[in-house]
Amino acid sequence: MTSPAEPHPDGRSALARARAALDAVTDPELPFLTIADMGILRDVRARADGTIEIDITPTYSGCPATDVIRLDVELALAKAGVDRFEVRSVLSPAWTTDWMSAAARDKLRANGIAPPQKASGKRALFAAAEVTCPHCGADATERVSEFGSTACKAHYRCRVCLEPFEYFKCI
Amino acid sequence: MPGSDQHAHLDYLLRLADTSLILGHRLSEWSGRAPTLEEDIALSNIALDLIGQARPLYARAASLEGKGRSEDDLAFLRDPEEYLNLQIVERPNKDFAATMARQLAYSTFAELAWQQLKGSQDPDIAGVAAKAEKECAYHVRHSAEWVIRLGDGTEESHARMQAGLDDVWMYTGEMFEVDDVDTAMIAAGIGFDAAALKPQWARAMAEVIGEATLRLPGERWMSTGGRRGIHTEHLGHLLAQMQALPRAHPGASW
Repeated sequence: MTSPAEPHPDGRSALARARAALDAVTDPELPFLTIADMGILRDVRARADGTIEIDITPTYSGCPATDVIRLDVELALAKAGVDRFEVRSVLSPAWTTDWMSAAARDKLRANGIAPPQKASGKRALFAAAEVTCPHCGADATERVSEFGSTACKAHYRCRVCLEPFEYFKCI
Repeated sequence: MPGSDQHAHLDYLLRLADTSLILGHRLSEWSGRAPTLEEDIALSNIALDLIGQARPLYARAASLEGKGRSEDDLAFLRDPEEYLNLQIVERPNKDFAATMARQLAYSTFAELAWQQLKGSQDPDIAGVAAKAEKECAYHVRHSAEWVIRLGDGTEESHARMQAGLDDVWMYTGEMFEVDDVDTAMIAAGIGFDAAALKPQWARAMAEVIGEATLRLPGERWMSTGGRRGIHTEHLGHLLAQMQALPRAHPGASW
């Protein structure tokens, strides 16, 4: 077992290896987004005794991916040779779509999913009447159903290009 | 924290968790049998939200209790009289209109309740509440749209929607009760004053019911006791189904 202060054979500390490994962990439902893009990975730090502490936060209450994400995090750390770590699930402050990075929003759009509007204040949830079509960019879209293929998405249709698409709901 | 307060805190967590879990399970009974594919997905999604809200509350209750029980033990190994959910959520689904009436009445209350609980001194309750409030806002909009569409629809859908509302109404009073547990939790900064939410709830309900061209059910006798373990006959049947596997195969995992 290597202590975090001691460099690993590859020259990096356990903390640096943990950070690099976690940067590559993706969301199982949205594999083109990392958990850092999503705002799920909150903090990575080394405790005085060398244990690496990782804070993750669940997204939608009903998201079945939460358990898989935790497992993926543990696997990534083990593969990176991080021996001692603790993954903590932090509920408060609660995750919001506002924590998704600008890069995450661009990646969603590129993958045919309309990104959530910024500022998901309670009123903004529903004030966001205009959802832009991720295929053709038109604003003339309509909601087919409040609930889509996963807990985080609603089902929309574009009235210009007529394509159906998903909208990542604000929360 | 003194013993009696810890006991109240535990009951309080279980009341919140049980209410979310039981309604989540009820709605999951629609999976594969809802009137349209979109509704099947919608009801399953709402069920997932509710079960997801319950899980961290059970985990918190289990650690507060400190007797080595897990969140699964609390959900699957307690009998009906140990369940502390509101009676309204154990009501059977009946037809789609009855399900929507129950959903509107409960979600409208839940959105207001979680809004209050965001400021709870219990950080886990506050964390669950911050997300649950927004999720419930979607649940309210979904059920309100259906109540309006069915109420202001055909003669048949109007009659069924009215019957659904009339049927669920006697279970709405319990949501606004404040007993010793609530009083202790309000004093500790953990809980909220449900009685104070009633006028706002009543206004919101009256607005939707009016737009739906339905009649607001009048004052009537209100059933109560769910939060003290007194339940309708329906909870036992629900638990028998929900708990069958973990009871028959203790410790089963997959």
